[in-house]
Amino acid sequence: MRGTSFLDQFREAVPGAVVGENLTAVDPWVEVVPAKIAEACRWLAKASPVRFDSLQCITAVDWFEPDAKKAAKNTWQPHTELVYHLWSTPAKVSLVLKCELPRWQGDVPGELPELPSVTGVWRGADWHEREVYDLSGVRFTGHPDLRRILCPEDWEGHPLRKDYEQPLDYHGIRGK
Amino acid sequence: MTQLMGDDPRIVEFDVRTDEMLVNMGPQHPSTHGVLRLVLRTDGEIVSEVEPHIGYLHRCAEKIGENLTHRQWIPYTDRMDYLAAMNMNLGWALAVEKLMKYEVSQKARHLRVLITELGRIASHLVGMGAYGLDLGTFSPFLYAFRERERILDLFEEACGARLTYSYITIGGLTADLPPGWLQRCEAFLDQFEPIIAEYHALLTTNAIFVKRTAGIGVLSRDMAIEYGCSGPVLRGSGVDQDLRRDGEAIYTAMYDGYAFEVAVQKNGHYPRDHQYPAVPADAVLGDCWHRFFVRMLEVVQSMDLARQAIDRYASCKGTIGEPLKLTEKMPAGDAYLETECPKGQMGFYVVSDGSAIPWRVRARSSSFSNLAVAPELCRGCLIADVPAIVGSLDIVMGEIDR
Repeated sequence: MRGTSFLDQFREAVPGAVVGENLTAVDPWVEVVPAKIAEACRWLAKASPVRFDSLQCITAVDWFEPDAKKAAKNTWQPHTELVYHLWSTPAKVSLVLKCELPRWQGDVPGELPELPSVTGVWRGADWHEREVYDLSGVRFTGHPDLRRILCPEDWEGHPLRKDYEQPLDYHGIRGK
Repeated sequence: MTQLMGDDPRIVEFDVRTDEMLVNMGPQHPSTHGVLRLVLRTDGEIVSEVEPHIGYLHRCAEKIGENLTHRQWIPYTDRMDYLAAMNMNLGWALAVEKLMKYEVSQKARHLRVLITELGRIASHLVGMGAYGLDLGTFSPFLYAFRERERILDLFEEACGARLTYSYITIGGLTADLPPGWLQRCEAFLDQFEPIIAEYHALLTTNAIFVKRTAGIGVLSRDMAIEYGCSGPVLRGSGVDQDLRRDGEAIYTAMYDGYAFEVAVQKNGHYPRDHQYPAVPADAVLGDCWHRFFVRMLEVVQSMDLARQAIDRYASCKGTIGEPLKLTEKMPAGDAYLETECPKGQMGFYVVSDGSAIPWRVRARSSSFSNLAVAPELCRGCLIADVPAIVGSLDIVMGEIDR
């Protein structure tokens, strides 16, 4: 996405959704409030002048440093970042949306952070959200069938979190 | 009398009660292209629901990537789509180069085009041969592997490996071509060209093959886009998109000056379709036959591109340059890049905190999105059509499970 006029339209169409942007990054991105992600995506996919009709990828990035000494030097606070890569087939352009979530809902360890699912916008989001839930531990509200996809159903923990610890035992198979 | 009636097959026919039955297919079923498990809900011969279960080949590639430097992760990309490892290497290398704003030498650029297009031919040959196997014909598989073998021999000569190459790397390639390689490559292409007609005779125009694929598993244009399908699956549905032409600047710059036409049906015609067998009357745009045919056209297209790359590479002076050091630091930030791999658009996302080891790596798999559409395609089809539909998506489990 190039230029600010599109961003202005985006701000107008979904009020209060856009909270930040970086248009000079390698991949320019727009930050969206987690609670408004589904609404924002619906506008981007169905009504915006550039129709982002395809969701390419959802990624969760865990910003957390388990080492306390290193963590003290970090300029950022621990959080989980969701990155949505959208693609417009008619216009052949891409758009990056980012959402900042707490690592744990209400800072209670074990309570997964939540945000609305975008499966209602693109049906292809189904598996991508399941993967993010499985590996990074983010709960998508409104997802029709949110369960693990790559790990076994009885797996514990979310492996792509930085503080994940490998289990010592899984059905008699020794870990570590 | 009652005894007689019980033996009458017609009465038995009337008595047959069809119940819903769950049929498990895989993960060791030969036609599931690896360790894919499909649970079919069937009523007689009709499949009402298909549920894919994946993850049997999950090797935590993304987690491993958080503990290695960018170049050390190259061998892990080999093991994603192991049938087109060169294209995987390129995808990751370009994503990191995009973040680092690094540009490779012209000679390396043309060599990359040459190598990845040969990789595309090899991958489509496996796709074609294995699809024949799925539909119950064995010979095309042998024909395809005979030619693929020669490509693997060329790759082995160039980098020493036959399957997991790690040849294309960040900053260029690990080695230049050995002397005489270009001539051998050209000899292969010359010998390969007439063989394409054999493939068309074996499968494309084969009456049984057409019966099994034409009009089966029709994927509409809108559904393909909404599910994020890509590559031949998307183009088989008539969407004119190929990242080699439409992608980001760092990727399209590689193909700058190359002449090629995207293999997609426009106004009822494929590019240069007078050279190929006619589309069968039963075929509908978006069905299994069209997905297969797009792959066959891309084999010819890749041969053409490889020839162009040979000329350009041969006319480049100097060396291909040195790849980056293993511990070369990346600038803080993130970059996402999709490239047109044989199976579809493979995306790599790299997040860096400023060190040589990425903070997070992500592989967006094309087969993952292409397989996600399978439950929609298989709804209401016959059990025998399930392998035909899943096979036409040309998936590789290594890439889906990562």
